Amino acid sequence: MSLAVSGSRHLQALLGSLGRLSRSPLATLLTLLVIALALALPAALRLLVTNAQAATGNFANAIELSVYLKTDVPLAKGKQLAAAAQQRADVAQVQLISAEQGLEDFRRYSGFGDALAALKENPLPNMLHVRPRPEYASSAALEALRHYFTAWPEVDLVEVDSQWVMRFNAILDVLRQLLLIAAALLGAGVLAVVGNTIRLEIAGRRAEIEVTKLVGGSNSFVRRPFLYTGVLYGLGGALLAWGIVALAIAVLGESVANLARLYGSRYVLTGPSLEEVGVLLGAGVVLGWLGAWLSATRHLRSIEPRG
Amino acid sequence: MIIFDRVSKRYANGREALNNVSFNVHNGEMVFLTGRSGAGKSTVLKLIALLERPTRGNVLVNGRNTHTLRPRHIPAFRRHIGVVFQDHKLLPDRPVFDNVALPLAVAATPLREIDKRVRAALDQVGLLGKERLLPLELSVGEQQRVGIARAVVSKPALLIADEPTGNLDPDLSREVMRLFRRFQDVGVTVVVATHDLQLVHEFGQRVLALEAGQLLGGAADTLPSVVATR
Repeated sequence: MSLAVSGSRHLQALLGSLGRLSRSPLATLLTLLVIALALALPAALRLLVTNAQAATGNFANAIELSVYLKTDVPLAKGKQLAAAAQQRADVAQVQLISAEQGLEDFRRYSGFGDALAALKENPLPNMLHVRPRPEYASSAALEALRHYFTAWPEVDLVEVDSQWVMRFNAILDVLRQLLLIAAALLGAGVLAVVGNTIRLEIAGRRAEIEVTKLVGGSNSFVRRPFLYTGVLYGLGGALLAWGIVALAIAVLGESVANLARLYGSRYVLTGPSLEEVGVLLGAGVVLGWLGAWLSATRHLRSIEPRG
Repeated sequence: MIIFDRVSKRYANGREALNNVSFNVHNGEMVFLTGRSGAGKSTVLKLIALLERPTRGNVLVNGRNTHTLRPRHIPAFRRHIGVVFQDHKLLPDRPVFDNVALPLAVAATPLREIDKRVRAALDQVGLLGKERLLPLELSVGEQQRVGIARAVVSKPALLIADEPTGNLDPDLSREVMRLFRRFQDVGVTVVVATHDLQLVHEFGQRVLALEAGQLLGGAADTLPSVVATR
């Protein structure tokens, strides 16, 4: 079979599938809608996660560990420790703040300058400001970093600022896992919907399949139009899901912007990226194809022509 | 072309359709398969087209033993056989052209070639110009001829027909038989199952008469040596 011939065969099967779908618009639309809702839910969840992350994007940078050294640790030792910490992969920046500088800052910003003058000696220790890399902003990574510093004998106390950011990141982690579970379950749902639709179509075209096999149609020839039908269902459902998500964002956009304004932010809801749309459409196509393949392979085998 | 070697067929429901049947059909021969309903005519044709496999014995078609054919090779095997049914098995929702083109479509024939050969086949059965009609818009006789056009469109070396005149009046039946003979004239091996003995008489071809799953008369004598010596 030449490439051109097999190409035209596929085109024919594709057009045939399109024609059949358009002949029963209501049933097709209902099936598409079910698939679209199953795909739109994980897509929306994904957007929730990415938006939550983007809206709070600067939080990761706000995370800082304050490592207080014991008061008897000299500044030179503090420099050594800072250099060592800087070598770690999860550390973006280490800033050594000497006791003197700390006192100076305190004097300048606290408004207790005069009171401090009464002190005979500096009560502040040398300390390190450690900023982790954004990709290590998860609570588990921060905990590991905290353990690293508390293990040093020179360290008196480690404070992780913004504990609530960690909590927030943990919530995002939960949402991400929820997204995976929902995507898996709803993906299986799409498989079942497409598979069942294809099964019904096979049953409805039983006579045609028998005759086709009778004149020498192979299983793959008979299966081809059903695979195209499955792909069209998947792709159509994914496009519709994209539409649903876009609509939801358009509806929510104004109120989210209002909410952000109340918090002094100019954050606006973002829709799916080009890549995310690609993944959505790709998932639709693959699920539609797979559902049709499973169903067709299973049910076509049982149809054999009888004289 | 066709060799039945001590073939028996028992269906799953226990009915013994054929019992130790042996015969052969030569290349380019036209043979009538006669017998009452239930004598085993249809079973013989089903065994030839590989719609059924023999319980015992061997069926050779075009040099291939149907017993050893793998399932994935069955489609290619069937493309070399044209089959005509009493109820013609046309697709009612497809125009005549699509029905006739089906055997070519499954064989991945180029579209231009399909167009040419479908017209040629319809011309042979006298239905040129009715490509766009639906089968139900045709008379019974015309529908049967569409079925014949579909059976011959891929130019098979073997044409088998199960009661092709069962629903036709005598004149139409004769016309259909003449059509089959014309295919034989150009070298096609033709096997026609029919209970219309008068028609069989008229056309005077070799007859394989079945009764209760067994072959009557001396047809078994004509076994070729390849089978007889096994």
